Amino acid sequence: MDFQGKAIKYGDNVDTDVIIPARYLNTIDKKELASHCMEDIDKDFKGKVKTGDMIVAGYNFGCGSSREHAPIAIKESGISLVIARSFARIFYRNSINIGLAIVESDEVVDGIVDGDEIKADLTSGVIYNLTTGKQFSVTPFPEFIQKIIANGGLVESIKKGALK
Amino acid sequence: MGMTMTQKILAKHAGLEVVESGQLIWVNVDRVLGNDITSPVAIREFEKIGAEEVFDKQKVTMVMDHFAPNKDIKAAVQCKMCRDFCEDKGVVNFFDVGRMGIEHALLPEKGLVVCGDVVIGADSHTCTYGALGAFSTGSGSTDMACAMATGKAWFKVPSAIKFVLKGKLNKYVSGKDVILHIIGKIGVDGALYKSMEFVGEGVRSLSIFDRLTISNMAIEAGAKNGIFEVDEQTEEYVKSRTDKPYTVYKADADAVYDETYEIDLSQIKSTVAFPHLPENTKTFDQIGDIKIDQVVIGSCTNGFYKDLEEASSILKGKKIAKNVRAIVIPATQDIYLQALESGVLKTFIESGCVVSTPTCGPCLGGHMGILAAGERAVATTNRNFVGRMGDVKSEVYLASPAVAAASAIMGKIADPNEIMG
Repeated sequence: MDFQGKAIKYGDNVDTDVIIPARYLNTIDKKELASHCMEDIDKDFKGKVKTGDMIVAGYNFGCGSSREHAPIAIKESGISLVIARSFARIFYRNSINIGLAIVESDEVVDGIVDGDEIKADLTSGVIYNLTTGKQFSVTPFPEFIQKIIANGGLVESIKKGALK
Repeated sequence: MGMTMTQKILAKHAGLEVVESGQLIWVNVDRVLGNDITSPVAIREFEKIGAEEVFDKQKVTMVMDHFAPNKDIKAAVQCKMCRDFCEDKGVVNFFDVGRMGIEHALLPEKGLVVCGDVVIGADSHTCTYGALGAFSTGSGSTDMACAMATGKAWFKVPSAIKFVLKGKLNKYVSGKDVILHIIGKIGVDGALYKSMEFVGEGVRSLSIFDRLTISNMAIEAGAKNGIFEVDEQTEEYVKSRTDKPYTVYKADADAVYDETYEIDLSQIKSTVAFPHLPENTKTFDQIGDIKIDQVVIGSCTNGFYKDLEEASSILKGKKIAKNVRAIVIPATQDIYLQALESGVLKTFIESGCVVSTPTCGPCLGGHMGILAAGERAVATTNRNFVGRMGDVKSEVYLASPAVAAASAIMGKIADPNEIMG
């Protein structure tokens, strides 16, 4: 799993209401959800995000509502990876279940500023800040979760009978 | 090493003698829940799995409560998708307009959750049923889809924080103040990934509805679940709702907790969470004159009959302030009827409040009371994030039904003790 893109940085407690406001939850269309992603915290997000970019944030990213529309909107926007100091637990499991890559690390968040070019190799657990030349190692997921991600999410894993 | 209440329930449902925190397990679920905004995503994923039937027609549950009665055409399409799915799959517990209520008030009322159950719901406030000694937690739509197909969900076994409650609450102080006080103390991620377990002699003095309010907001401290030790009151309540057998789990004497807090209920004061996080709590000695435009009394947190009764006891014989819109939302049809028959609704209407059909509505900025830029609301709901009830420049102050009622009368955030003397 290799990703490369620019870092878009946010603070602590980015909640699912600002990731995708409830007023747009009257649809399950992924593209429509993505068109409102981060609208209430960052009006410029939609204009600046490019495929491969990464969200870098503080503590408790994705707190609040269980809406899976939040990681779906992020993934559909082209975000390849979310790096945060910590994730709210429902967002964390939703991301794994739908196959949105996420990494928890204080060190990486400290070592990245908005706009840095980042490369992540999650198979070997190394993240490179190409702008500063710094390199970080991150803890890989437990085998059980790696299997879900490798199989393309929970639905695909169950279809393949991969989680017995 | 002993197990916590949560760990014991999870072990039993995983078919294991023992589990320990951090362990990843598959668990059999007793109930799978979704609403009109999360179920459509789950139905799409369920269809991808290719399962012909749901794992259990009784255990799958859908409640049309968020944007229902349908707020617009798109919401109508989503409710129809749920309705068609439930009809096609023979889902018994499908609750539509007229029979629905706010899901987390409805399920206990209908006897659909009992002590010792494992419940997952595609709604973060599914943690509410911890009040009945069940393990219940919010999940996403994919979890809901997979559980509808297989009857199973994956979990990382949580560690726990213990809250030992003692003493009794003072007048006009309720479960809402207790949980806001706790969130103010430990923060919005203070229990991240963990269980909150409520024990101690103080539990006995709390009504089931105070406990439901407390468990409901465990998620606002980041917790996986918030569970109460079962007592006679819990058993009586559950038995009054269903004949279904139940199991009472107690933590082992040598269960290990990450932290233990002692909470003296008699020391808790009316507490208000300021924008834009539930942890920004203040008591009245720290609150100045804050003018408000709207009051909302309702939601899965505080839409129980007890909450309406408490608010109406403050409003009785008084009028709400001229510039305030007060919206009262009984959480279920039964609560609505009870409030109608007891005269509680009459009090609301006479004082100038409007009474709505059950709906999550304004709590999540859906409909039935959206705020404009610069407007402020005191709400008995559970979240005060940026834009939660409307414009990103509006503000939500979270409070108890008593504080909400007092605030409606005064037109500013107000202490019920001051009004009632």
